[in-house]
Amino acid sequence: MTPVGWLQIALVLGAVLVCAWQLGLYMARVFQAEKTFLTPVLLPVERAFYNAAGIRFEKEQSWLTYTLAMLAFNALGFLVLYALMRLQALLPLNPQGFAGVAPDLAFNTAMSFATNTNWQAYGGETTMSHLVQMAGLTVQNFLSAATGIALAIAVTRAFARSSAQTLGNFWVDMTCATLYVLLPLSVLVAITFALTGVPQTLAGSVEATTLEGAKQTIALGPVASQEAIKQLGTNGGGFFNANAAHPFENPNAWSNALSIWSMLLVATALTFTFGRMVGDRRQGLALLFAMYALLIAATAVVYWAEASGNPLLAKEGVDIAAGNMEGKEIRFGQALSALYVVATTGLSCGAVNTMHNSLMPLGGSVPLFLMQLGEILPGGVGSGLYGMIVVALLTVFIAGLMVGRTPEYLGKKIEAREMKLAMLAVLILPLVILGFSAASAMLPKALESLANPGPRGLTEILYAYSSATGNNGSAFAGLSANTTWYNTTLGIAMLLGRFAYIVPVMAIAGALAAKKKVPVSPGTFPTHGPLFIGLLIGVILILGGLQYFPALALGPIVEHFLMHAGKTF
Amino acid sequence: MLAHVRPALVMMVLFTLLTGLAYPLAMTGLAQLVFPSAANGSLMIRANTIVGSELVGQSFTSDRYFWPRPSAAGDKGYNAASSSGSNLGPLSKKLIERVNGDVAALHKAGATSPIPVDAVTASASGLDPHISPTFAAQQVARIAAARKIPEAQVRELVERATEQPFLGLFGERRINVLRLNLALDAAPPPGAG
Repeated sequence: MTPVGWLQIALVLGAVLVCAWQLGLYMARVFQAEKTFLTPVLLPVERAFYNAAGIRFEKEQSWLTYTLAMLAFNALGFLVLYALMRLQALLPLNPQGFAGVAPDLAFNTAMSFATNTNWQAYGGETTMSHLVQMAGLTVQNFLSAATGIALAIAVTRAFARSSAQTLGNFWVDMTCATLYVLLPLSVLVAITFALTGVPQTLAGSVEATTLEGAKQTIALGPVASQEAIKQLGTNGGGFFNANAAHPFENPNAWSNALSIWSMLLVATALTFTFGRMVGDRRQGLALLFAMYALLIAATAVVYWAEASGNPLLAKEGVDIAAGNMEGKEIRFGQALSALYVVATTGLSCGAVNTMHNSLMPLGGSVPLFLMQLGEILPGGVGSGLYGMIVVALLTVFIAGLMVGRTPEYLGKKIEAREMKLAMLAVLILPLVILGFSAASAMLPKALESLANPGPRGLTEILYAYSSATGNNGSAFAGLSANTTWYNTTLGIAMLLGRFAYIVPVMAIAGALAAKKKVPVSPGTFPTHGPLFIGLLIGVILILGGLQYFPALALGPIVEHFLMHAGKTF
Repeated sequence: MLAHVRPALVMMVLFTLLTGLAYPLAMTGLAQLVFPSAANGSLMIRANTIVGSELVGQSFTSDRYFWPRPSAAGDKGYNAASSSGSNLGPLSKKLIERVNGDVAALHKAGATSPIPVDAVTASASGLDPHISPTFAAQQVARIAAARKIPEAQVRELVERATEQPFLGLFGERRINVLRLNLALDAAPPPGAG
């Protein structure tokens, strides 16, 4: 670890916070239907969309109608993407002439992009036509992110309103999230990516003749436009197999900083939007502070572990002063590689500029644990905020138990029904992650997919299901996941991790919106001070630790001690 | 649920047109117009032949050229249509054996102890275009001998090719292998003065 490294981390995070603050306030205006500088241009487009679709934009929806509209839209998105992939051989914009995608892989990939997971069981440059990349994957990058933002706004309204029956209109929120937030940002970021050297062409590949006379086929495509929304929407599905480690997705230190900035931006901004919309910016800041305290602590662990290097290589006569370089690119450096690892898994992004499977044992345990915490630091766009709110509800509940009061959050009494629903949401994640991991660890067929034997093999399985269930999409990519078993079970894990979590959360939002706002009294537990932030961090860690520590102990933790004992597998 | 079918269908079509076609195509048009070189992959051209991309690493095995890092992209490495890391964990026997073999090969080619870590580790993409200045320095003697030119001349090319971090901050000290090898080929032959 060096001071220059930490300065780089501080500068990138500082830029994120400043921009997120402004963006958050802008989003609050957008979702409260106030005028913004883009309104004159976009309002006619927005209205034209509603007219064509027969949407009555002024009519708000109950939590159930809102949720059903969201489910219908996402189900259709899944079907369209599945069909595009299966039929790509018959469709245009397929310069490399790829065949249709196999059914299990198409199921897995369609589920993956519809749930904002963007797990990739395929290599982009060897599987998907440009049409699928643009009209299929890029579209879902936008829409799954817009869905997340819409849901976060609906949950926010539950706290902003008193005795309300409705949470907004899904179609309007989703349309505004795309038109006013994601699309303009994507245009800006795509142009900046192109400026740093990311290609943007409809050509398939070029043939080069190297100085030694060998042939090299260089895959190309419309990368910059997809890279922009992939980062902004915390999707993470790369154009290329190597994702943001590929020099065309991430050519230099600038594109790398931009890549980190753009993935953290929207999720961070939503905490400011939350504060503004509930009418108390300190409430948003409290959530933000807890998120970033844990994010920075996680970065320190990864940075330390990776910069220390691999002692087993030192024994082979290698100078490991530059740290662990297996699975890393020279141009990014250890500091911003570590921040990338943490940001992409604290978020539900899943883009990688480092191969996580080659991280040091403790360096690799951090992204795994961050995903298992439920992707809330600061989480996927939208999903991070509503995930964090669920934990905040648990925190006030636990605090309430300690002092024997009815817990309240933002003036809403938290009662048995809300707590039951919150626990239901929270328990789905470990059930899916640990259940499927345990099954895979016992099935001989599933074990054939492992790239590394020993504890790292178990970590590969755990990582895959944590990533799918948390809708992250990054991988310990040694695992050969393109098999019927993994494609199917990971697809189901993504489905449950996204929608089985959202439905109870929306039910909580519906119940809370209907409640009257209780005025603040001297007996109210303040949810913006250091005590609450400390409790919130404690609940996040204890919850994650209790659920996953036994599994982690058998994976990365035992591996760390074996490494220092000089054991190899 | 049926009431949501029409809005879902129409919105899907409209957003596919907007975000799936109009947006990437507009970005393609703009990028091709404003940054044509980068938009087409930052290709390097010598004597009307594409010799590679400045951004994408490629394989060099001859003693006359600087060698890049090991690569796990494709079967033979540096396959720019199949990017990949090795995905080997730090305790992997395969990793240790590979490193052991590479260290021995580098020593045979004139490298001194200790070997810099980037020289024996595979990058994340398998297409890392860079090497560290230390790894380059260890290759100078081999290349000077193969080309029969003074070591000082090669060392000067290495120095000139070394890219520094911006403001001493962003980006590591690194050398683009393809650029350096092109500079080697362009250098005056021995005896030319």
